[in-house]
Amino acid sequence: MKFLPISDSDRSEMLRAIGVSSIEDLFASIPAEVRHSPNLPPPLSEIEVRRLLGSLAARNANARESAFFLGAGIYNHYVSAIADQMLYRAEWLTSYTPYQPEVSQGTLQSIFEFQTHICLLTGLDVANASLYEGASALVEALLMASRLCRGRRRAVLSAGIHPEYRETVRTYFSSLGFTSIEVPVKADGRTDENALAAAVDDDTFAVAIQSPNFYGVVEDWQIGSRAAHQKGALSVAVVAEAVSMALLASPGERGADIACGEGQSLGVPMHLGGPVLGILACRAEHERQIPGRLVGETRDAEGRRAFCLTLSTREQHIRRERATSNICTNQGLMALASNIHCSLLGKRGLREVALQSHAKAEYLKGEIAKIPAWRIPFEGPTFNEFVVEGPEPAAPLLSRLARRGILAGVPLSRWEDSANRFLVAATEMNTREEMDRLVAALRDRAGGRGDREVPHGDTGGTGDRKVPRREPF
Amino acid sequence: MSVEIEEKAAAIRDPRHPEPRHEPLVFERSGEGKVGYSLPPLDVPETVAIPAALLRAEIAGETEITEVEVARHFTRLSKLNFSIDQDLYPLGSCTMKHNPRVNEEVARLPGFAAAHPLAPEEVSQGALELAWSLERMLSELTGLARVTLQPAAGAQGELAGILMVRAALTKRGGPRTTVLIPDSAHGTNPASAHFAGYKVRELKSNARGTLDLHVLEEAMTEDVAALMLTVPNTLGIFENQILEIARIVHAKGGYLYCDGANFNSFVGIAKPGAMGIDVMHMNLHKTFSTPHGGGGPGAGPVAVAGSLVPFLPRPTVERRADGSFFLDHDRPESIGRLRTFLGNFGMFVRALAYISSYGNRIGEVARGAVLNANYIRAGLTGVYHLKYDAPTMHEVVFSDKKQTAWGVHAMDIGKRLMDYGFHPPTISFPLIVYGALMIEPTETESKSGLDAFVAAMREIARESEEEPQIVKTAPHTTPVRRVDEVGAARNLVLRWKPES
Repeated sequence: MKFLPISDSDRSEMLRAIGVSSIEDLFASIPAEVRHSPNLPPPLSEIEVRRLLGSLAARNANARESAFFLGAGIYNHYVSAIADQMLYRAEWLTSYTPYQPEVSQGTLQSIFEFQTHICLLTGLDVANASLYEGASALVEALLMASRLCRGRRRAVLSAGIHPEYRETVRTYFSSLGFTSIEVPVKADGRTDENALAAAVDDDTFAVAIQSPNFYGVVEDWQIGSRAAHQKGALSVAVVAEAVSMALLASPGERGADIACGEGQSLGVPMHLGGPVLGILACRAEHERQIPGRLVGETRDAEGRRAFCLTLSTREQHIRRERATSNICTNQGLMALASNIHCSLLGKRGLREVALQSHAKAEYLKGEIAKIPAWRIPFEGPTFNEFVVEGPEPAAPLLSRLARRGILAGVPLSRWEDSANRFLVAATEMNTREEMDRLVAALRDRAGGRGDREVPHGDTGGTGDRKVPRREPF
Repeated sequence: MSVEIEEKAAAIRDPRHPEPRHEPLVFERSGEGKVGYSLPPLDVPETVAIPAALLRAEIAGETEITEVEVARHFTRLSKLNFSIDQDLYPLGSCTMKHNPRVNEEVARLPGFAAAHPLAPEEVSQGALELAWSLERMLSELTGLARVTLQPAAGAQGELAGILMVRAALTKRGGPRTTVLIPDSAHGTNPASAHFAGYKVRELKSNARGTLDLHVLEEAMTEDVAALMLTVPNTLGIFENQILEIARIVHAKGGYLYCDGANFNSFVGIAKPGAMGIDVMHMNLHKTFSTPHGGGGPGAGPVAVAGSLVPFLPRPTVERRADGSFFLDHDRPESIGRLRTFLGNFGMFVRALAYISSYGNRIGEVARGAVLNANYIRAGLTGVYHLKYDAPTMHEVVFSDKKQTAWGVHAMDIGKRLMDYGFHPPTISFPLIVYGALMIEPTETESKSGLDAFVAAMREIARESEEEPQIVKTAPHTTPVRRVDEVGAARNLVLRWKPES
């Protein structure tokens, strides 16, 4: 076994030193009646492992081999080769939580830099070392707000927050005696400001809004801040597409007290949804209630700049049941990837990625809106993702397109009762050719189904078996 | 002379410091007009169709730096870290073992790394099958009915497990009020129980370091939802009365929760399900070797007995009669979601690769880990104090009791180990051993590596007695000297700020 460096003669010597005659003697405290050998296949060699995993990977559509427009919280953005290659270095990959700062300055300084990037992007003063992912980051943000408004028991959430985030909040709240009230979005796709303000009462500890929201529509954090502050609650800004922060007004400048969400699109591959990167930031006055790991700057015994984990008295290994959170790990390697990515792109690149994503989405949205029988149901401004509504149920259509190499979008029917609607996202990774191919495919599908007559040259595609028509444009 | 060269010059003159030790912040390396990326020209009309009030100005303070400088910066930073690939990293409870590199390679295949969690099911069958297969393997290894892969880390797994207990009890009549936790437990146990809405009652360990059955019997009332037990416990001692413990808990209608952080000591040898354990989380980054990555990502699957299956987080991965796989969201009794999507899928890939590499010989992992830990124990017994002398499995907890006579504490011993080229053990945990040195070598250490570690520990014991000052002021050879952690908390500096 190539991962086990004890030879037979080593083993005999070691057993002698320990004073037992066999390894089995060391397991004497495990009762015989609970012993079982596992019913698993024989060990695989490295070649066979590659083959097994390779065959599983080959059966998943991926962004490198498709025209790719999926989003809904996970986005296909540019990641420089160096960002991933750096993660292979053993010093990053095979180290652990930097509890011992003298031999962990690399990880500690990288986290400190990551915290800084998140502060710059969110416009807030303090960011933690990262959390698991977006939904649990929202939970931690809300629980943090509840501690800052002790005694209050309600959170007001916009229904424009990602449905899986809201579901996660309900899971965590169920046992804590907290409730969440959901405020609907209006016909233009934006959260109803009046309903939001009306939903906030003296028992409310937080008001949370997502922007761009789940439907891709850009919200104004300020409506959340106004609604929250009138009753002394905290305003929580939720971000599921972190690239947007380089273009849109930051949570900090629009009055949010806490920003949280998903940082995946800042340098982390999609990974089928995990590992990704939870982010959490707040104003300086709340820093002692922020959960999770924090890195601070300090000095070593010779007076040099050094970094270490700090405020650990908030954490579970010291505070136990009185800790600010039960969280122990962060997403260290993903925070590193994000630090490298943000550093490379920097001031101009982050903005350019955001601008390109937006421009491409605007182009695509405009082209889809031109197809007869297709429409963009929400009028509010969007960043790089938008809802489209077609003349037929979205889920089967999207499956058919996927088999033709176009991952066209995410059907809303997964979460709500709107069968014909789906989300389409564009990023700097999409080419105009791909987008035109998507538009043509949607036009074909609509026309080919006979719902609407769309004469468009030699419309080839109707049945699934038909070989996809070559791009005519 | 630049600061860097000054430092290098000092380093060359000082034989203790062979390497420059200081790297500026990436923000301090920034220079106006530099670029570290390249994008294709925009192939659609440029537009900003968002009201000006909702737009931001440029991100003041963000970097301007080239790829070359980024490569140097992060390479230099990395060299300030200790890692498993360098040497023994005996952090007790954390299980710092070798991370097989083929696992890294396969996790980066485009069908995993560039695949999306919401792609249509028909074009995601490989991912669903992988999750389903990993669940089956973990179910086989634990002897429990089903497994959720969703929790992002062990602590979230604990919360998921206790929430399932809560849901089951609620359905049966009421959630009950209390969770019992031994005083040797990980801090996440009480924190997770608290976030699941329970009061925590701490159980005092007996003289052997294990659970006292009389204490348990007295505490185990019909108000108790669960006992959260780490098996073997954080002292490395297996609860040899586990069957009796399960009987006592079940007799009062409670659930036996197992913190599986130490599963690596008996994986493939014994099944938790057979012990009467109802629910157990595992840490894929411990037992199943997914890399720790400087503090995550982890993954904390939870295995449950049949009675808790209806309450598993949503969605589950299921297989149809025709062999195809799908996500089942229609689980009305589910506790709900703990996070987005399926979980830390990239960790599932690595864990499946790891379990497949060992297959039916996975018990070798536990045998190796227990052998190595006992070899260290034999080498250090008598040199360091051992508060509990019951047989231990994959880790052993010594203390600084002998060395405190010379004013040397566990922290000093840990720091001095750095000078000998090793990572310190876990210090000051578990809390029931004052001045704890919790040592876990794992199965991926060679005998010569263990011998070197034992020799270093014995030398430090000698130094503590004969020249304690050198231990108390350690480390002497690391990139930075002892770091002022108290000062960091007192005067919080949590980010770099641009000069205004």
